[in-house]
Amino acid sequence: MGLRWVGWALGAAVALALPQVLPLYFTHLVLLTMIYGLSAMSLDLLAGYTGLTSFGHAAYFGAAAYTVGILTTQHRVPPALAFPAGVAAAAALAAVYGLLATRAVGVYFLIITLALGMGTWGLAYRWSSVTGGDNGLPGIPPLELGLPWSTADPKHLYYLILVIFCLATFLLYRLVRSPFGLSLRGIRESEGRMRMLGYNTWLHRYVAFVVAGTFAGLAGSLYAFYNRFVSPPDLHIAASAEAVLMVILGGAGTLFGPLVGAGIVVFLRNLVSAYTHRWMLILGVVFVLTVMYAPQGVAGGARALWARWRGRAVTPPVAGPGKEPVAER
Amino acid sequence: MSAVCLRTEKLRKHYGGLRAVDGVDLEVRQGERRAIIGPNGAGKTTLFHLLSGEVPATSGRIFLFGQDITRLPSYRRTALGIGRTYQVTNLFPRLTVLENALLATFGLRREKYDPFRAAWQHRQALEDARRLLEEFGLWEKRDWPIGSLSYGEQRQLEIVLALAGRPRLLLLDEPTAGLSPAETQVVTRLVAGLDPQITVLLIEHDMDVAFQVAQRVTVLHFGRVLAEGTVDEVRGNPEVQAIYLGVGEL
Repeated sequence: MGLRWVGWALGAAVALALPQVLPLYFTHLVLLTMIYGLSAMSLDLLAGYTGLTSFGHAAYFGAAAYTVGILTTQHRVPPALAFPAGVAAAAALAAVYGLLATRAVGVYFLIITLALGMGTWGLAYRWSSVTGGDNGLPGIPPLELGLPWSTADPKHLYYLILVIFCLATFLLYRLVRSPFGLSLRGIRESEGRMRMLGYNTWLHRYVAFVVAGTFAGLAGSLYAFYNRFVSPPDLHIAASAEAVLMVILGGAGTLFGPLVGAGIVVFLRNLVSAYTHRWMLILGVVFVLTVMYAPQGVAGGARALWARWRGRAVTPPVAGPGKEPVAER
Repeated sequence: MSAVCLRTEKLRKHYGGLRAVDGVDLEVRQGERRAIIGPNGAGKTTLFHLLSGEVPATSGRIFLFGQDITRLPSYRRTALGIGRTYQVTNLFPRLTVLENALLATFGLRREKYDPFRAAWQHRQALEDARRLLEEFGLWEKRDWPIGSLSYGEQRQLEIVLALAGRPRLLLLDEPTAGLSPAETQVVTRLVAGLDPQITVLLIEHDMDVAFQVAQRVTVLHFGRVLAEGTVDEVRGNPEVQAIYLGVGEL
């Protein structure tokens, strides 16, 4: 217990000191990690906890980002309103798409979410009069929420995003440990048994879908205000696939794993691409190595190592399952 | 005479040309222990699927304490008091023993929708789970993943999950399948010692277990009720002996 508090305090100290110590560029990468990490953690709620791998998660991220972009650049809506409006738009989109997608499970779910994601991208790409088409929406204002200090200063913006990120992570942390979170893991393991225990499992899957979309929307709103520009690649299928990659890299079914996965992708992309155009190749190698040597992801592997180091006098090792790739469930 | 717990009327389940359950009329009174026996493919497990709502009936009706439940989904039937176990162990393999039990105790509580407080902070659900696991001698292993339990322990946890919802009608699908003789005795005593208010329907291949636990026996054959009666009546029925028990064995 004591060790855990030391860990939290240390983490908080590092997070607070970061923009003061590190160069601005690294602060920027950490911010991107938080934003994409939040999106990946919300996806993990579906892919890792519920066993429903969505291949269209960028749609909710992008819907929020575009809502912010359209409202602020074309309708002069103040950021304090546009920000929650983006989250609400993502939630509404997930509520509609969820009705279609949660009718299926497994690979069919994956295909439906893929199709819905591609449709949403097509809308952003083609509906130029509203979305700016290929040009996207430049000129999104900074995230001024009427606070006493200005977020034009990148350090202040860092702390604002840090607070929102921590709040969201705290909510997700509580959710995965709650009875509702437990029910999602039960559905992943045996949906039929869950129904027989009295759960309306469709409702649980649907709520999980909408919650995941809402948190992805929160990340999307943050992204729009941070990046000040939204364009179709933000909700392209490649972005959805990247979110799945983050989840698998970090460890599906662990809360902080996808955050680690997001960090790996963001840092690799930005640091390696300074040296070579073939950064995707490096990412691919990292991915293959992860799947081969740490199939439960970085967080899953670390957890296994930790368990081995502590000895397993009390708890025997987790048997067999868990090695199969997430996408196949 | 006690109330009728379960009644079926001309219950049928056809898969194309295959009549898995072909017009079964059943009446089971509250507190009764009824064994369902029959050769492989007689429709026993399909009958359970129909009763629990996991498979829709082709025709016919099912009543639980007089209420027509034929069209209700399985989670609604659970809320009305049906619990079941599975022939092939159906647990949550990557969760711990306690998490398995908690899922079962949350099943019929409104707290199952709580997205904020940790599962173990729900005192009443945790207490129920602890009581059940202690009763079955599994509390010590509460933090074990399912895969580390012996097969016999997994079969017992099957029953724990079914009992957590305090069912009025318990469907046990071959609870002793694959168990050692010693483990079979444990489970048999356990089933025999259940609250007498609970109605138990038991599919069983082990005749000793079936005859030990049940007062009445229903024999299914090709989806139809071939015979029904007390243990002695069924034992003495020449037709049953011919198709199921094997002539000369008794």
